[in-house]
Amino acid sequence: MTFILKMAWRDSRASRKRLLLFSLSVVLGIAALVAIGSFTVNLKQAIDDQAKGLLGADLVVSSRAEFSAPVLEHLAALGGERSRTREFSSMLVFQSANDATRLVQVRAVEANFPFFGDFETAPAEATAALRFGKQVMILEETLLTQFDVKVGDSVKLGQAVFTIVGALKKVPGETAAISTFAPRAFIPFGMLEATGLADRESITRHRMLVKLPAGRDAEIIGREMRARFLGERLEFSTVAERKRNLGAALTNIEGFLNLVGFVALFLGAIGVASAIHVYVRQKINTVAILRCLGASAWQSFAVYVVQGLALGVFGAVLGASLGLGLQLLLPVLLKGMLPFDVNFFISWAAVGRGMGAGLVICFLFTLLPLLAVRRVSPLVALRSAFIERTGAATDPWRLILGAVIIAAVTMFATWQTRSWKIGIGFTVALAIGLGVLVGLAQIVAWASRKFVPRGLPYVVRQGIANLHRPNNRTVLLLLALGLGTFLILTLYLTRTTLLNQIDLVGEGARPNLVFFDIQDDQIDPFTALAAKSGAPLVQSAPIVTMKIASLKGRPLEEIMRDQQRSREPVAVDSAGADQRRAENRRGGPDGNRGEPRISGGMLNREYRSTYRGKITGSERVVAGTFEGKVAPGAAVVPISVEEGFLRTLQIGLGDEIEWDVQGVPMRTKVTSVRAVEWRRLESNFFVVFPEGAIEAAPKTFVAALRTAKSADSARIQREMVAAFPNVSAIDLALILQALDGIFSKVAFVIQFMALFTVLTGVIVLVGAVLNGRYQRVRETVLLRTLGATRRQLVQIQLVEYAILGVLAAVVGGGLSVAGNAAVAHFVFGITPVAPPLLILGAVAIAAAVTMVTGLLTSRGVTDHSPLEILRQET
Amino acid sequence: MSVESILKVERLTKDYRTAAGPLTVLKEVSFDLVAGASLAIVGPSGSGKTTLLGLCAGLDRASGGTVTLAGSELGALDEDGRARVRNAHVGFVFQNFQLIPTLTALENVLVPLELRGEGGAAVEAEATALLGRVGLGARCDHYPVQLSGGEQQRVALARAFMNRPKILFCDEPTGNLDGDTAAAMVDLVFGLNREKGTTLVLVTHDLDLAKKCGRIIRLRSGAVVSDETLGVGHHGTHERIP
Repeated sequence: MTFILKMAWRDSRASRKRLLLFSLSVVLGIAALVAIGSFTVNLKQAIDDQAKGLLGADLVVSSRAEFSAPVLEHLAALGGERSRTREFSSMLVFQSANDATRLVQVRAVEANFPFFGDFETAPAEATAALRFGKQVMILEETLLTQFDVKVGDSVKLGQAVFTIVGALKKVPGETAAISTFAPRAFIPFGMLEATGLADRESITRHRMLVKLPAGRDAEIIGREMRARFLGERLEFSTVAERKRNLGAALTNIEGFLNLVGFVALFLGAIGVASAIHVYVRQKINTVAILRCLGASAWQSFAVYVVQGLALGVFGAVLGASLGLGLQLLLPVLLKGMLPFDVNFFISWAAVGRGMGAGLVICFLFTLLPLLAVRRVSPLVALRSAFIERTGAATDPWRLILGAVIIAAVTMFATWQTRSWKIGIGFTVALAIGLGVLVGLAQIVAWASRKFVPRGLPYVVRQGIANLHRPNNRTVLLLLALGLGTFLILTLYLTRTTLLNQIDLVGEGARPNLVFFDIQDDQIDPFTALAAKSGAPLVQSAPIVTMKIASLKGRPLEEIMRDQQRSREPVAVDSAGADQRRAENRRGGPDGNRGEPRISGGMLNREYRSTYRGKITGSERVVAGTFEGKVAPGAAVVPISVEEGFLRTLQIGLGDEIEWDVQGVPMRTKVTSVRAVEWRRLESNFFVVFPEGAIEAAPKTFVAALRTAKSADSARIQREMVAAFPNVSAIDLALILQALDGIFSKVAFVIQFMALFTVLTGVIVLVGAVLNGRYQRVRETVLLRTLGATRRQLVQIQLVEYAILGVLAAVVGGGLSVAGNAAVAHFVFGITPVAPPLLILGAVAIAAAVTMVTGLLTSRGVTDHSPLEILRQET
Repeated sequence: MSVESILKVERLTKDYRTAAGPLTVLKEVSFDLVAGASLAIVGPSGSGKTTLLGLCAGLDRASGGTVTLAGSELGALDEDGRARVRNAHVGFVFQNFQLIPTLTALENVLVPLELRGEGGAAVEAEATALLGRVGLGARCDHYPVQLSGGEQQRVALARAFMNRPKILFCDEPTGNLDGDTAAAMVDLVFGLNREKGTTLVLVTHDLDLAKKCGRIIRLRSGAVVSDETLGVGHHGTHERIP
């Protein structure tokens, strides 16, 4: 053992810099794993530490309707403290900003909101002013900047004028991203009446925050209340549930980001394997001498295994250090996306896991080329011709090691995603990607040998010949650069595809401004004013709120009760346990449906349906016949439902739904199914009634109009809100902006991780070129000796790198188009978009990076005199 | 003087498979060498000299026949077994020196004993003394690249004697050296050989060098064409092959 260690150390003397360079290939992959792992532990710790602050209370009960007296009594009987809030959207008028308007989420809260967590404002005293109950408002910080208003200024909400007392910085359990679509405005609960918005027919969420007495379990109380007030359509949130949800989301995100980081590690490991392959070839003579002097195959092999291990350990230590630095950076990148504060600390377990994964993968890939050392014949010391016999193509250990690598990758991916299916899928996808790239590289090498016209200039022919000659870098570079390009470009294309789903606002005659909560008696004057303001209504639709009373003849309470029962834990060892489990799986005790459970939210929710005589341009009938009219007094009303709604509620054409239309029962039958283009951001509905059925029900209107310019949009919003204070407007351009903003932020985090793969690709490229430099130097020197100018040598290299760079980028680009198509089709179910300019740009950048890196790294070869290089090489 | 056989070669044959069919490079070569003898194997390029040397030293497997080296039948051993025999009984000097470029002169000389797990100050002192014996006492810490060809070959010679071999195999030991350096090297090889009582097997083109050995085997096209015993250059006895 002493000899092996001594020899490994001594033998590495001349190659330590090179070995360190090899190890850099895995540094970034390990850094990514360590950073993500350790940061996730930070996040999980933060969730534990700030658990109660995530909800602001022990239990939150919410409802679309006012809480009934029995519910309030029950809550009061629980003891502890309670705090009511009411939330809805409305237009806020900035009087100091020329009456500009903006849709906000109004939060009317009682004095003791919240019980736990930080409710941060600037100035901090603002929360005290809110609790004092005067006509004051705490407003989203971004709005103050946007409309150039400050603390002390007035804003108008409905019919009441509020004084801004502070800028909102943080609400327990909410991310800043939540305010992107509609900024938040907090007012005292008691001031709700003054706005005149308290009793309107709009989507209002009522919440009761409950601080329970010590010893009471919020989960149990929630379950009991859910069962007891089944018909009330209450929703319950508890700290434990919030923790579970956040934890599960975090685990998923961690798994995904780790896989992205792992691709960098994998690519780096391939780079290491390739570099070690070249290194081993240069060491064959040394191994042969050792064998002549009596070293066993195992001893010679072990010398280089020790070097490979040391390389991996160095890479792991450096990677872990870099990862910890990166961990400090992650909270900055994720700013605004986390609902809590994160304290930095090093999770040594996560560091160990990241380093361990890196070390194992790096070591396995290092072993692959090192296996050849075992087969070096001592005869090589006598005759170098025997070098060619050291090839290990038939070595069974290579196959075994290959299988171990595949198993290790699958296990890592499975460990990260907690799913064998995804783990195997990831490995297969990686194998396909690698297979395609390696296959293409071999085709390129073959084609460069077969199809190079003799008429081409010498430097071009020489550059092309470098693609297929012994020790070429074609496979390695196509793999490294192709994989990097593929990952980055796929992310860009997916983003483009998703954003393309939202049709451009203002395109054609599409509406770009939507008003809602227009009351029944306001629709005519509203229409007239819109026309007068120069933006006539493009479309309007009545909205009637309703709830499901029964489905296919089964009362909602019964379905809910069955589903509730199936959620309850099954008693172990009870005689009926097995039967109960079977019933639960089938969805109910009668067991005749064999269907999975229906989402409680979809059963329980309030539906905003419309009525009209024909279908609109954003929908088409996919089954049945759309019936636009029904005779007054019909016992069963034909309705048209959206196809997703049909699937979720597990109903079919001809099934009956009984609705509770604000207290009036109404039997309906599904007579048509519609496919709706939700992405068109128009007023679309799950359920459409025919004319003649629900006109008499209390209703509001949604109206869409089109303004020519964005300046008109602000003016029309101002005029409409001045005339109809209860009406709210959504500027679709702002929605698009918000969507883009959120997507950009998420994409940035993913792209940041993918960048590690690209940087690893560059490091692998540098390593490969440097390695190649040792191989090619004699040839270059010979060319120089024979009279080649420096310019010619540079041109030869330029041709080689240009071809490799362009091919890698084209192959990576092609794969990313396929990857984007697969993601669009299988994940999002939408049509992929691949803008040629974006792809061309990416190809150009990848090719340029390859050429510049290649030329910079090769500089030493052509900058020195032949004699100087010959001396270095001896 | 001992008459113990140190190297016994019987009907040794070596074939290579080529695209054009099997190529026989050694045909049923037999000879016996007693401890302390010196043998030169001569012949034109391609006659099979180096192949014979490689097989005798256990660097390769024969296609037929046997080689018994220091009492071990090499054909019965696997590669690691043969490596152990080499480490225990064999010293090598190659035409192209074959020093490990990343080791200093001293470290190169130490390798055979370190492979056995021997080390420490005593072994280092022995290696330094050997380097002093070949005139390189002051160059112990120099790397091969810092030494001339002659100096490198002297380091190789010191290394060859470090494990106190029973037999020394030399493959064209002066082939890459100029006349004066070659002469000095030859003096060293034969001097050390006598001093340490080692058996010497030498492959060379150089007949003057071959004549310094006690016995000369001539090869042509893989077969022995003559086996000549000389009256000089040996410190033991040998037997003519029948």
